[in-house]
Amino acid sequence: MATTSAHSDENYINCEKGLWSWLTTVDHKRIGVMYMICVMFFFLVGGIMALLLRLELFAPNKVAGVGGVLSDGNVYNQVMTYHGAIMVFMVIVPGIPAILGNFFLPLHIGAKDVAFPKLNLASWYCFMAGAAMAIFTFFTTRIDTGWTFYTPYSIRTGTATAMMVMAAFVMGFSSILTGLNFIVTVHKLRAPGMTMHRMPLFVWAMYSTAIIQVLATPVLAITLMLIAAERFLGIGIFDPKLGGDPVLFQHFFWFYSHPAVYIMIIPAMGVVSELLTAFSRKVIFGYTAIAYSSLGIAAVSFFVWGHHMFVSGQSATAGIVFSFITMLVGVPTAIKMFNWVATIYKGSVSFEAPMLFALGFLFLFAIGGVTGIMLAVLPIDVHFHDTYFVVAHFHYVMVGGTLMAIMGGFYYWFPKMFGKMHSDVTARLSFVFIFIGFNVTFFPQFILGAMGMPRRYFDYIPQYETLNKISTVGSWLIAVGFLIGLYTIVQGLLKGPKAPANPWGAKTLEWTIPSPPTMHNFEVEPVVTAGPYEYR
Amino acid sequence: MSTDNAHGGAHVAHHFKDATQQYDSGKEGIWLFMVTEILMFGGLFVGYAIYHNMYPEMFSEGASSLDWKMGFINTLVLIFSSFTMAISITFCQKNDKKKAAMALATTILCGAVFMCIKYFEYSHKFHLGLLPGKYLDVAKVGAEHANLGLYFGFYYCMTGLHGLHVLIGMGLISWCLIKTLRGDFSDQYWLPVEGVGLFWHIVDLIWIFLFPLLYLVG
Amino acid sequence: MMWFNFAKAQSFMPSQGTEIAKQVDNLYGFLLITSFIACVLVIGGMIYFAWKYKRKSDNDKTAYISHNTTLEFVWSFIPLVIFLFVFAWGWFIYHDMRTMPKDALEINVTGKQWAWETEYKNGYKTVNEVVVPVGRDVKIILGSVDVIHSFYVPSFRIKQDAVPGRYTALWFRADKLGDFHIFCTEYCGTAHSGMIGRLKVVPQADFDKYLEEGQEEGQLPLAKRGEKLFALKACSSCHSVDNPAVKVGPSLFQVFGHEVTLTDGSKVSADENYLRESILTPNAKIVKNFPQGVMPTFQGQLNENELNALIEYIKGLK
Repeated sequence: MATTSAHSDENYINCEKGLWSWLTTVDHKRIGVMYMICVMFFFLVGGIMALLLRLELFAPNKVAGVGGVLSDGNVYNQVMTYHGAIMVFMVIVPGIPAILGNFFLPLHIGAKDVAFPKLNLASWYCFMAGAAMAIFTFFTTRIDTGWTFYTPYSIRTGTATAMMVMAAFVMGFSSILTGLNFIVTVHKLRAPGMTMHRMPLFVWAMYSTAIIQVLATPVLAITLMLIAAERFLGIGIFDPKLGGDPVLFQHFFWFYSHPAVYIMIIPAMGVVSELLTAFSRKVIFGYTAIAYSSLGIAAVSFFVWGHHMFVSGQSATAGIVFSFITMLVGVPTAIKMFNWVATIYKGSVSFEAPMLFALGFLFLFAIGGVTGIMLAVLPIDVHFHDTYFVVAHFHYVMVGGTLMAIMGGFYYWFPKMFGKMHSDVTARLSFVFIFIGFNVTFFPQFILGAMGMPRRYFDYIPQYETLNKISTVGSWLIAVGFLIGLYTIVQGLLKGPKAPANPWGAKTLEWTIPSPPTMHNFEVEPVVTAGPYEYR
Repeated sequence: MSTDNAHGGAHVAHHFKDATQQYDSGKEGIWLFMVTEILMFGGLFVGYAIYHNMYPEMFSEGASSLDWKMGFINTLVLIFSSFTMAISITFCQKNDKKKAAMALATTILCGAVFMCIKYFEYSHKFHLGLLPGKYLDVAKVGAEHANLGLYFGFYYCMTGLHGLHVLIGMGLISWCLIKTLRGDFSDQYWLPVEGVGLFWHIVDLIWIFLFPLLYLVG
Repeated sequence: MMWFNFAKAQSFMPSQGTEIAKQVDNLYGFLLITSFIACVLVIGGMIYFAWKYKRKSDNDKTAYISHNTTLEFVWSFIPLVIFLFVFAWGWFIYHDMRTMPKDALEINVTGKQWAWETEYKNGYKTVNEVVVPVGRDVKIILGSVDVIHSFYVPSFRIKQDAVPGRYTALWFRADKLGDFHIFCTEYCGTAHSGMIGRLKVVPQADFDKYLEEGQEEGQLPLAKRGEKLFALKACSSCHSVDNPAVKVGPSLFQVFGHEVTLTDGSKVSADENYLRESILTPNAKIVKNFPQGVMPTFQGQLNENELNALIEYIKGLK
């Protein structure tokens, strides 16, 4: 198979030059890179918010100095809200699908692009427009409702809530259109011989995620519109003063937001599948189980939203039903963990940075997952709901899970995307700081929650001081880790040696084309005759 | 479309193998988008159902101020426009540019009639003070129920969102009309008309649910 | 065997104030142990395999093990059984938590931004404190006047949202004397972390006396109530009331209805609004020759009734 053409240096990056060529591109690879730059920037902003929060929580407010950094409750509450809203809507939900999914889904199935390239660009513009609106609120009265916008507080507060929900609405379009694009791409654009059961598991993950994006996000859209309508018109749907029901808002909100957390984690699981098999050079264990468990989780995720509402005033019966179904959704997740560990068994394991992040994922997601089961048990949740135990749980799965997977994916696919090798030494150092810092930051929060410390508190009783201090120090370690990571990426881009087509010896289709790929991906359409992990 | 290459009448984008793959993909894409529209309106319908269940008499009072005759005319107008939309597709497939254009124009006209009737309904309500939510002055309107504003909140949100989709549809159909007059469609390629047609049918379908729920019930 | 002892979970949980707290801790201990074992298996397995199957050369051959139906069934079935088991155990305790006992002593607690207002059946009202008798079923009927709050007593492992527009309820039977924290655990705005209350568990006789005294106080004239509050809230430690001498802050003797000069030279009349503002946002207007930032704010600590009483008392300081 010819891998080089007469223009052996021409790739998707240098084939057209200038900012305008990027802003009007319909190439899925360029769009993926544009998402990457923007999402990394938003992660930086959200991360700074987090550092500020932890700084305020370093000491109780009575202690002068550091403890008083954000001791104006209003300021703290705004920073808290932005941290959540930016991380959820502008980093983790788009994250892997928009960056790695856009770049690699077509490559994985042997296609030249996604089904609707122009729609893909429109998705990016929706995302940027929504992000611009969100950032704009920062220069007005800001927002202070928490990222969950619970009513009636979100109706009454004098902050720029309506603009923010409209920003999320616009970003929601980006999510819907990307999901739609991916579903049609997987259905229609697979190369000859690429049956559904020969697709890499990363594609199964993108596909399952896309289904959730298409079905759940519209409900968020209408919920956000109704908050705006409630604020401007006072229609009375969520406001008890007008005969409405504030708990109804929670039902509407979580109907999207629970499936949304699976939008956040399923792609990460897809990346982990790729990393473990590539760096063990062994066929994935239980391909069918992993593929179908992704679909299963996507389906069942629509029926568990009430586990965020056990103490909301919803009936005990509803609580029992939601707790039961949540237990069911835990099973496919557990299955994946076992399959992944079994993949390493009798493999040939190397420990470059991507693999460290994958192993780190297994470690941290194990803890995040079991604490999720704990929270699904009704009386346990009654004690832990809205305490730091929940904060620790979701950071373990979203950061310890998704963020570790993004980092692993970045370092795995960096040579392919940019044609350069980054330094594995600094990437591994970044991992060490992030992994240790993460545990130092968030493990104490499980204990704080058990001790009863509620979340969204900017001040606390003295009993909680020691663990809060430890947690804050951990946040500094994480920051160092990400700065080293940023350095690794920038240094790799500027000074990294040229990358070969397949630096890791992996088997999926993207490694059969040059690094970086040409504009059209495959010079000759691949014909697939075997599964994606034939390490024999 | 800059990425096109003409293949005997059909414009096939570079990343598609052939016109059939392009057509199949496009159709699936439109269907998926329609699913999202149904889910979005579905949220409103669920909200409506819950409050209707909670305040049945208040909803009756609200519904009594709606003119079911106007709503019925609008229903007929939209159903007829769905028919004209459908035959425009058939005409495109038969290479009959003139008839296709006329059918599309008629569809747009129906949409305009719908919006006109809507305008009359809305302005009449504004005149009577039947405004949404907190703007409804219970005393001024002589309402029996204090939270009548909730009913009209739903009314304006649901019909307003639907009306917005009618306008968007009219815009899309105009775009198809221009392309039809330019000769872009033929028996080899008519996907955009079919896609927009599907959008228009969903807009019609949503109205067919809205009409009885708002105008006829209670 | 009590699981929580085995798991040493006890050391991180607040003291157990009720029987249900013990049951919750018991289940939590079991979950901690099972989770720990699961994590050891998964993480341990991962570390062990990664080390044992370290790459030796670039030409390593790996085993082609694509699946194992028996193994996959077993490790799907066992977690399912464990999950359903803890679900059922949890249901059992939860049922107990949600079934309101008959003949419980009812106390109304209303959440507001940013304090808990307690009202006993005899009409006595207090702020940020709930006093209950030991060993008796107590039912708290929760409401809210503005946004959603949540009433949480960590020591009792019990929590319920206070939702405006409806009533929710929780119950407990405290079997230990003492003071326990009440926290608000649903974000409600600026001083969400300030809505800390105290749940006092006292002997039955003390409780009866408390209610009686409270009711008497409730029947006192407004100014007399204000006088008691003035002492209770320690206003008297900084403000004299029967002579013009300065203690820490300005004397309140004969202040009402007269003009007060502020630090910037302007003059204001000391009317009801001035007094109210001075209590709730003391730094808004500072009397000339007095420093800023000394008087603490009583925002969230006094309800409207108490403010009225204090102002009435100060009005009468002639």
